[in-house]
Amino acid sequence: MTLPLTPSQTVGPFFRIGLSTTIGSHVVGEGMPGAVRISGQVFDGAGEPVPDALIETWQPEGAGRCATDEEGHFAIVTSKPGRDGAATDAPHLDISVFARGLLTRLVTRLYFPDESAANDADPVLQSLAPAERSTLVAVRDEGGLRFDIHLQGARETVFFDR
Amino acid sequence: MATSSRSAHPPNDFPGYGSTALRAPKQPLRGLPGRLSQLTAPLLAGETIGPLDHDLTRQHDGDPLGERISISGRVLDEEGNPVAGALMEIWQANAAGRYAHLSDQHPAPLDPNFSGAGRCLTDAAGGYRFVTIKPGAYPWRNHPSAWRPAHVHFSVFTPAIAQRLVTQMYFPGDPLFDQDPIFNSVPDPEARKRLVSRWSLALTQPEWSLGYEWDIVVAGRDATPLHDDGSE
Repeated sequence: MTLPLTPSQTVGPFFRIGLSTTIGSHVVGEGMPGAVRISGQVFDGAGEPVPDALIETWQPEGAGRCATDEEGHFAIVTSKPGRDGAATDAPHLDISVFARGLLTRLVTRLYFPDESAANDADPVLQSLAPAERSTLVAVRDEGGLRFDIHLQGARETVFFDR
Repeated sequence: MATSSRSAHPPNDFPGYGSTALRAPKQPLRGLPGRLSQLTAPLLAGETIGPLDHDLTRQHDGDPLGERISISGRVLDEEGNPVAGALMEIWQANAAGRYAHLSDQHPAPLDPNFSGAGRCLTDAAGGYRFVTIKPGAYPWRNHPSAWRPAHVHFSVFTPAIAQRLVTQMYFPGDPLFDQDPIFNSVPDPEARKRLVSRWSLALTQPEWSLGYEWDIVVAGRDATPLHDDGSE
């Protein structure tokens, strides 16, 4: 049996009243061993910050969720996912982006900058041109890791078909 | 064709909906078949759903204004399996068409007895139930005299990211469907109908509330997107 899917619709501008705290921005506690703070900004095609986007991170250890603020900033505290022996993919977070103006969610991946050997062998990264690849690898900053998301433009983030 | 799990969903590039112009990616989406992770951690670590979180009419001292309704149904995957333990979150405008959100400037009254948000977990059969009031239509500036049809926002969250769905539920017979670009962004008219709930006499409680039924179908847990010819 195959049932037809329920279509996606935009999360709209007012999702904060319904999608706030049930899933939070801390996948692990701030002071836990291995905890890393991932922060970034979401930008639109005019280079303006997107103040009404919702970011969700997924990894086997748990999910995180954070709405962007007026400057498009989000921050999620998590840990680098473990890697099981069979996996060919480098450690990464799956990330969903929701926003007014997005009729379906966007899916991307965050890779870790201290995993260059694993990243070089990662089949998904390998399938991309170097400039595209760089949109998926977080960069170190003073607070942890930075991962900006560009919905359009010269630095448009690579998004995946789920 | 039309069997692809993607064909039900709207494209992000949909000019009729003005906000897509600067936000829909311009580059094609890349393939990631079968590679989306599943959570092995508890879905809601340390978080509990309160016994009244599903009832938006009992969150304040008084009753909210509007038509009291229930919305219930099942969450199934494409294979027809019930999706148990899914986190369901809803949010909506009040009966006058105003959201309890600072950015909503529509000059319709706020209702001090209505916050417009609820949540629950699906039961073993994938069932869910909310009690709320019917939201009003509200204006937006997408095009001249644009009004959104009455709708309730739904979020379905399961351990499998491939199943993640955010959508909107509409009410049968709404005269505003034809001019709403968000509803009509779904390319297949049959798929659009799956966003519309059904009024149910059986779910209507005499002298109390109107019952609406709405089932939701999400992707399979290990969904691998199919090509249009049905091959993987």
